[in-house]
Amino acid sequence: MTILVDPTGETASVNRQRPERPPALNGLSVGILDISKARGNVFLDRLDERFVAAGVKVNRYRKPTFARPAPTELRQQIATEVDLLVEGLAD
Amino acid sequence: MPEQLIAFVKRDCPTCELVAPVLAQLAGSGELTVYTQDDPAFPADIATVIDDTRLDESHRRGIEIVPTVLRVSGDAEQARIVGWDKSEWQSFTGVADLGTDLIDWKAGCGAINVEPAVLEQLKIRFGETGIESRRVELGTAEDEIEAMYERDWSDGLPLVPPTEVRVLRMLQGTARDPQESLGKCPPNMGELTVEKVAVNAVLAGCKPEYLPVVLAAAEAVLDDAFGMHGVLATTMYVSPVLVVNGPIRNRIGMNSGVNALGQGNRANATIGRAVQLIIRNVGGGKPGEVDRANLGNPGKYTYCFAEDEEGSCWSPLSADFGFDGGESTVTAFTGYGLQGIVDQKARDPESLCQTFAAALRSMSNPKIVPAGDAMLVVCPEHERVFRDAGWSKQQLSERLYELIQIPGAELVAGVGGIAEGIPESMADGTYSKIRPGGLLIVRAGGGAGMFSGIIGGWLASGPVGSVPVTRQIK
Repeated sequence: MTILVDPTGETASVNRQRPERPPALNGLSVGILDISKARGNVFLDRLDERFVAAGVKVNRYRKPTFARPAPTELRQQIATEVDLLVEGLAD
Repeated sequence: MPEQLIAFVKRDCPTCELVAPVLAQLAGSGELTVYTQDDPAFPADIATVIDDTRLDESHRRGIEIVPTVLRVSGDAEQARIVGWDKSEWQSFTGVADLGTDLIDWKAGCGAINVEPAVLEQLKIRFGETGIESRRVELGTAEDEIEAMYERDWSDGLPLVPPTEVRVLRMLQGTARDPQESLGKCPPNMGELTVEKVAVNAVLAGCKPEYLPVVLAAAEAVLDDAFGMHGVLATTMYVSPVLVVNGPIRNRIGMNSGVNALGQGNRANATIGRAVQLIIRNVGGGKPGEVDRANLGNPGKYTYCFAEDEEGSCWSPLSADFGFDGGESTVTAFTGYGLQGIVDQKARDPESLCQTFAAALRSMSNPKIVPAGDAMLVVCPEHERVFRDAGWSKQQLSERLYELIQIPGAELVAGVGGIAEGIPESMADGTYSKIRPGGLLIVRAGGGAGMFSGIIGGWLASGPVGSVPVTRQIK
């Protein structure tokens, strides 16, 4: 295990920082990534309906297979198109 | 408490080999315990040698030479002898006929636990590094370089992982207390200690011998007069530009010659980068957050060079700030980029001054006065023109100031088809392009090419924003 000495002013947690949670979804676009697991779409479709009903713009994405990481192109596309992403796992 | 003897030896020591029979004699009578540093099978004639190849006991006892024999009472050391001195060993052990067939005297060897790289590891294992920063444990599958990017420590380029041993070695570059504070680092006012400077110097790729320069540079940019918060927060391109003077330039191999402001020299590159990383990591100053530069400039990765004092007919920049030639200094200047000045035909100072002044008057916008401080970097072939004519740096500076006094009528808004400019009501005045004291002149560069340069300053130059600050390198 590698141990490093913290070069920062130590005002933030030593762990990697998660992006801050947005206070509201108004004006933000949300991506829904279907990882291609069977029936995942049943759950994600319902989420999609709820987001749209709340006035949130939704983009849908789909991985070719749940067994591999998302292709780089898809990850870059998602990162440039939406502010938030819901990635669902379901069986 | 009963007294007993403890010996520390290693096989890779001729003196230890020499005294092995003596140690066997003492061990046989039950008075002696032997710790071996390198080979648990040595000395071969002693059945109960204790394996100290981890060197814990050697380190705990502060062994510096082998063989060493300690006399202890309980755990407390009463006395010690080192090397082989027959009469000393005889009186120390009370065994009058000890080693009578051996030579009288033989010096010992260095103990393994005080070999530099080994001692560092022992200090880390025993928690004796004096490094107080918190430790960041990476996951076993984490790539070190990627992990540092993830934690947002990087300026965009890969960093050197600041392991404890690297930080420990970096701190050996200074005699200063690692916990000494250099002040609060803008913009978030994190406490900048010598230790934090060292950690960021490791990140930047510095050698320990560069650390005194980084420390002085950090002190300079933290000086309130330098105004680092504003320098970072401004929408202009500026950032600290560092110029090193004095003997340390050559001792650490800085570049003041060919491509002095460019890439390729480790000291130039990493010292400037270390200061930028300190602002980023300890100060929390990051682009798009407090750093609001609209364009920035490539010098925000690193911007540090040395003045070519040996080749110059002028006094060094440090002398302009009251330091003498034997002192090493670093000057922090708030500047950006490099504006070239090409003049391949000038052979007399007046002509070259006209060229320099025309270039200076164009800084930022020909219609803006004052346009911020400026650092004029005079190349050797241009300096030669002044040298041949016997011009001092002071003469050059005074002539340039005369030539950058601009009639207000030329600067009025709209004149020359440029909306930028001063109000009509100021048209009768005369205005200096650079505030008094704001023109710095240094000599650097390769021997061929009549190409000098201007490192332009911040519009908020002066006491209201930023003034150049020079610090002695200790």
